[in-house]
Amino acid sequence: MNVLVYLIPISLLLGGVGLAFFFWSLKSHQYDDPDGDAQRILSDRWDKAPPED
Amino acid sequence: MAAPVSACPACDAAHIAEDTAGKGYRGNGQEAQRIMLSLPTAHCAACIVGVEGSLQQLDGVRSARVNLTLKRATIEADPGVEPQKLAEFLTSIGYEAYELDAGALSTTATEKSSRDILMRVGVAGFGMMNVMILSIAVWSGAADATRDLFHWVSAAISLPIIAFSSQPFFKNAWAALRVGRLNMDVPISLAILLAAVMSLYETAMHGHHAYFDAALSLTFFLLAGRYLDHRTRAVARSAAETLAALEVPRAHRIKPDGTDEVVSVAELKIGDVVRVVPGARVPVDGMVEDGESEIDRSLLTGESLPVFAGPGHMLNAGEVNLTGPLTVRVAAAGKDTALHRMADLVALAETARNKYTSLADKAAKIYAPAVHLLALAAFAVWMVISGWDVRLSLNIAVAVLIITCPCALGLAVPAVTTAASGKLFRQGMLLKSATATERLADVTHVVFDKTGTLTEGKPVLDNMGDHTDEDLALALALAQGSSHPLAQTIVTATTAAGLRAARISEVKETPGHGISALAEDGQDLRLGRAEWLGARGLDRTATYLKIGKRPAVAFTFTDNLRDGAAEAVADLKAQGLNVTLISGDAPAAVQDVAFRLGIEDYRAGMLPEDKVAAIEALASAGQRVLMVGDGLNDTAALAAAHVSISPATALEATRVVSDIVLLGRSLAPIAGAVTLSRSATKRIKENFAIAAAYNAIAIPIALVGLATPLAAALAMSFSSITVSLNALRLRGFR
Repeated sequence: MNVLVYLIPISLLLGGVGLAFFFWSLKSHQYDDPDGDAQRILSDRWDKAPPED
Repeated sequence: MAAPVSACPACDAAHIAEDTAGKGYRGNGQEAQRIMLSLPTAHCAACIVGVEGSLQQLDGVRSARVNLTLKRATIEADPGVEPQKLAEFLTSIGYEAYELDAGALSTTATEKSSRDILMRVGVAGFGMMNVMILSIAVWSGAADATRDLFHWVSAAISLPIIAFSSQPFFKNAWAALRVGRLNMDVPISLAILLAAVMSLYETAMHGHHAYFDAALSLTFFLLAGRYLDHRTRAVARSAAETLAALEVPRAHRIKPDGTDEVVSVAELKIGDVVRVVPGARVPVDGMVEDGESEIDRSLLTGESLPVFAGPGHMLNAGEVNLTGPLTVRVAAAGKDTALHRMADLVALAETARNKYTSLADKAAKIYAPAVHLLALAAFAVWMVISGWDVRLSLNIAVAVLIITCPCALGLAVPAVTTAASGKLFRQGMLLKSATATERLADVTHVVFDKTGTLTEGKPVLDNMGDHTDEDLALALALAQGSSHPLAQTIVTATTAAGLRAARISEVKETPGHGISALAEDGQDLRLGRAEWLGARGLDRTATYLKIGKRPAVAFTFTDNLRDGAAEAVADLKAQGLNVTLISGDAPAAVQDVAFRLGIEDYRAGMLPEDKVAAIEALASAGQRVLMVGDGLNDTAALAAAHVSISPATALEATRVVSDIVLLGRSLAPIAGAVTLSRSATKRIKENFAIAAAYNAIAIPIALVGLATPLAAALAMSFSSITVSLNALRLRGFR
């Protein structure tokens, strides 16, 4: 069971990466216009969004 | 390009749009102005491309970005580009648009708190997933040191996350307890805290059961419900701001030569003089220079009796001018006005005014005490059974609290209202009241106003050729003082014909009757209803002018049916609802509209008080009345009705009292809204039943002491998912 010493921190780290990614998406306003974003992807016009802030 | 993080997401969005604009117009070197337009009918990818693309073709427009969720466009343009022109341009190419006052729109605060809740949801979700994985190992048989290790790791993850994510519940619960009341957050907070403390104790004592996963998933599911609720409100508030902005940004400024010019409120300076017509909100804080009137201050001070306003009296922005035209010298405008400081209080007053108890409140009233008593009883009984084993008894009491905890209840209402109001918003209806859907579902009788509601409310003067220029000049002078649609039409028509207003004094509007004044030669002037003038009324929409002792002359008008009026009436009747038409107009005109729409029950010549009496008579006969109206004379009736709807074109004062506002031009969505709210209310009740059913199974299990953390996790997840799915069925409705 010693493997747990590595596995638990690794799984927490991976989860933490996911959380950090979520924070980033939140900070870069990706939840401000969900309806618009859902429709924009259907448009063939060139769009550089999301912003790089 | 590393721009600083902006307080305003729309500005950032505008920057992107600028980058993507094919033309790449960078402006004329001057500082850009930000223009916001409301787009009530935008709904698809083609609309986004159409609006953004066509705006960017215009001269002076640097960028345009549509936010479809808030139904808004943000435009960066050269100074001097007129918002009104852009709105008219979009409307003319088929995208209905209204101008918004960008300065007054406080998107930042709601955006920030919405992001704050979402952050807590994310953190709780992260913790829940990790602790669940650790718990699975424990459930599948980890023992002794391994189990203790897993419990300790879970504790290390859960405790800080609970401390962070559950703060909204703790704060609300504390606020309620401090004033000696119980709300839904009290049992929630108690369950989360007890579960965390109990589990920590069990972990330290090498116990078998720790409820860290339950405490976290409770937090996660309830926060998700809270977030949905918040989002719905944010969209509604944003649209409500849209409406506030529709009315306020323009003021009639009086130029030194005595003529009016329409300007944006933002352009007004202290010391300017503005004209305020009856029925309109005062746009600024200031002192009355000229004119006498009555002022309705109920919105700002709670005084229900109108107060007198004459030269020297102070007025506040947001007060409603009731009878006579006033000129006001500006003391403060825009964000500095009392109205803006009062905005939050107004929102409170509106919720307090609403005596209706929502389904959620009814459920919470039964639920909160019941749960506490049940947990306490479980504790007491197990103390006796187990021979005063505090640890076992407390464990069971906590299990009862967790298992009964209102995950499903917390999601039952927000999930449904989010789905329903989202659906209604897409159909162009804005719910101003949280309980509007529930009340709309009860409706048995629909009362319509005619002018401006079933009809376009844009009457056209059709007999101008019958009058002399002198009469027309007097009519123009009288009509200038009123916001009544017929008076406004006279103003537009006569001004367009190049006439100037005659000089008159002591102008007074008697709401529901007309306007009176004195001519320069001392003759009595009256413009208004035939009865009031002692004239014989024509069989059609008309207003009458009486000069001195001369017989009254009639100004006649024609009016078209509003788009969707026929469908709305037909659909409502098909649903078995009674439809009544109540109008202050002449019998022949009312009969004509009623006949065209197939309404058998119609009443004409109704004064404001008659309308209220009619609504109250229906209510006392056991009918739940939906009132649809737009005018100042409907305001009282709208407030008296069980639920009320007004079109976006209605007077601001009218929209304030109605529960639902139609954002588009058409009336057609009304019938669908009634059906939709019926099924929304049905879903809410179903959700309560589902939650109750889960509890009926889970509580006995918890009471006999068999509720393991696994059972709690299963019950919680299944009930939450069931109610959410049940609510989502609304999205596919029709």
